[in-house]
Amino acid sequence: MLSVSNLHVAVGGTEILKGLSLEIPAGEVHAVMGPNGAGKSTLSYTLAGRQGYEVTEGSASLNGEDLLAMAANERAARGLFLSFQYPLEIPGVPSLTFIRTALNAQRKARGEDEIGAPAFLKLAREQAAKLKIEFDMLKRPLNVGFSGGEKKRMEIFQMAMLSPQFLILDETDSGLDIDALRIVSEGVNALRSSERGMLVITHYQRLLDYIKPDRVHVLAGGKIVASGGPELALELEDTGYDRFAPAAA
Amino acid sequence: MAAVKQTIDQVEQLEAYEHGFVTDIAQDFAPKGLSEDIVRFISAKKQEPDWMLQWRLEAYARWLAMDAPDWAKVSFPKIDFQDLYFYAAPSQKAGPMSLDEVDPELLKTYAKLGIPLREQEVLAGVQGAPRYAVDAVFDSVSVVTTFKKELAEVGVIFCSFSEAVREHPELVKRYLGTVVPTTDNYYACLNSAVFSDGSFVYVPPGVRCPMELSTYFRINAQNTGQFERTLIIADQGAYVSYLEGCTAPQRDENQLHAAVVELVVLDDAEIKYSTVQNWYPGDADGKGGIYNFVTKRADCRGDRSKVSWTQVETGSAVTWKYPSCVLRGDDSVGEFYSIAITNGHQQADTGTKMIHLGKNTRSRIISKGISAGKSSNTYRGLVSAHAKATGTRNFTQCDSLLIGKTSGAHTVPYIEARNASSKFEHEATTTRLSDDQLFYVMQRGLSQEEAVQLLVNGFVREVLQELPMEFAVEAQKLVAISLEGSVG
Repeated sequence: MLSVSNLHVAVGGTEILKGLSLEIPAGEVHAVMGPNGAGKSTLSYTLAGRQGYEVTEGSASLNGEDLLAMAANERAARGLFLSFQYPLEIPGVPSLTFIRTALNAQRKARGEDEIGAPAFLKLAREQAAKLKIEFDMLKRPLNVGFSGGEKKRMEIFQMAMLSPQFLILDETDSGLDIDALRIVSEGVNALRSSERGMLVITHYQRLLDYIKPDRVHVLAGGKIVASGGPELALELEDTGYDRFAPAAA
Repeated sequence: MAAVKQTIDQVEQLEAYEHGFVTDIAQDFAPKGLSEDIVRFISAKKQEPDWMLQWRLEAYARWLAMDAPDWAKVSFPKIDFQDLYFYAAPSQKAGPMSLDEVDPELLKTYAKLGIPLREQEVLAGVQGAPRYAVDAVFDSVSVVTTFKKELAEVGVIFCSFSEAVREHPELVKRYLGTVVPTTDNYYACLNSAVFSDGSFVYVPPGVRCPMELSTYFRINAQNTGQFERTLIIADQGAYVSYLEGCTAPQRDENQLHAAVVELVVLDDAEIKYSTVQNWYPGDADGKGGIYNFVTKRADCRGDRSKVSWTQVETGSAVTWKYPSCVLRGDDSVGEFYSIAITNGHQQADTGTKMIHLGKNTRSRIISKGISAGKSSNTYRGLVSAHAKATGTRNFTQCDSLLIGKTSGAHTVPYIEARNASSKFEHEATTTRLSDDQLFYVMQRGLSQEEAVQLLVNGFVREVLQELPMEFAVEAQKLVAISLEGSVG
């Protein structure tokens, strides 16, 4: 499970997260919602280990292991996966080559054997079919020239291939039309299991119609200001984030 | 923290220049310095005929009147030619020999470098090594050439340059200096006077050379210049693929390497010439390393002839090199694919010249420059079309990748079209290896070093694909090693 306690994070000397606490047990899906500038992306980047996100106070652990002491790739090897809001283009590296390199790097770090080409390709074909990804697309350099929807689908495909312990979805719904949103959500839902935790970061309630959360948290002014069941998301849809503004100030 | 430990081990393993060892072997040297007597000494050592000596002496006289070029974007202290040895050879009989006669120390050196010289073992599949013919040049002489007999059966001549002068004087006389004239430039002229050894290849009409040919250059002796001379002739309708590799021991002093390569391509013939250059680049403070001042040029003399240069330049303290194509025959094709990587204090000024003289000639330039550390990397290229070279085409793509904040990338393209029907395209990009990309790749499980390697290999992929298979893998590793410690 993911456990975040009193997390303070500064970027470029400005404090963005101001004592954020969050517990996500294995098997549960929690949504974090909040207005622009609340610190949603800062939370995902900090958990994933991006440089330049300075933790000044607090702790974060995954299954009891201190995340903050690890480099980004070690966190990935422990099973932390971040689906990016804006996936990056990697020119010259075919998508499949990229994913196989990543998977084997993770397996190596965990002391497991590398996956052979036939087993990898079989898995890739299965997962690609589920996400309605043309196999030819996987031979193209990762994300280069992909549409916004294709990039997001590729994130979910990577997630399925890497089979992580804990998923963070950062604004996965942004830039998706309804059909793409449905395919992506189905992909995510297929990964729900009793061992896996998920943190779904979103601005809109819309995504939560497809990916039903167990808990919803409101992030404003750098901390969690309200928590509740799925109904909290619907409430927010009606009332907006304004009522949390005083907490932010 | 197994991952971290592994990364550290890997980095430590890679960080040292792995070819930096010195072979302890008895060597014959010419007296230090340069004079007419030295030129005579070298020629005599090689038992050259008088015409060859006269050619050298004339070049030497011309060289005395020339000045070193200063237009390249590189800086280094003036070279004292009187402080160099111009000839060094392992003490043994001159000329080609069977492997049994070669000093075992030398064989060990090549084994250490992974160069297959024992063709009988290669043939028997003992080493499982790729099957390609090798000419091994150690300082100033060629020590062994493999697969000669098999090549001779199809009429291909592959031997050391010295041997060619003795055994095939009519071919050497006809083509030597016709692509790079003696007085072409300062270093080519110096090379013409004191050239030591190199490879000679002649592929007769209609023959497709049955295997890759390669020359492996090794500078071992201290304070020694290496001046190799390579001449490759593809007669009508012939094809040959040729690769050269280079390494040198780690030394504190700078060593000079001034080579000349001439390619002659007749009607319908094709030469593919690949270089993997890994001369010692100097230490982290910029001390030592090779000065690599090389003139390479191909003359597409025949109609529909084709030349393809592919280079992976990772070594040398200073590189000054422009493999070029003179597209003389109608419908001839020139290609230049280049990866130039500089790190530490390395300086590279490299590129190509595509001289379109024939009608409907085409050329293509793909250059990938990567600069890291405090290095400087310059692409310098000329594309020109003669007034009568109608219907010519060129496409140039010139990409630079910067790693870190203290390196420099420069692009200096010259384009001259003297007729209205030529179509030249030039595309150029300069990008910095982005923190966003690095983070993205690391989030998927790669360490920082692995992430840089992956991104850089992606950047140079187009060019790596042009290399013969066996060497592409080698080159990919070299790219990774050259950039160790460049980030973070």
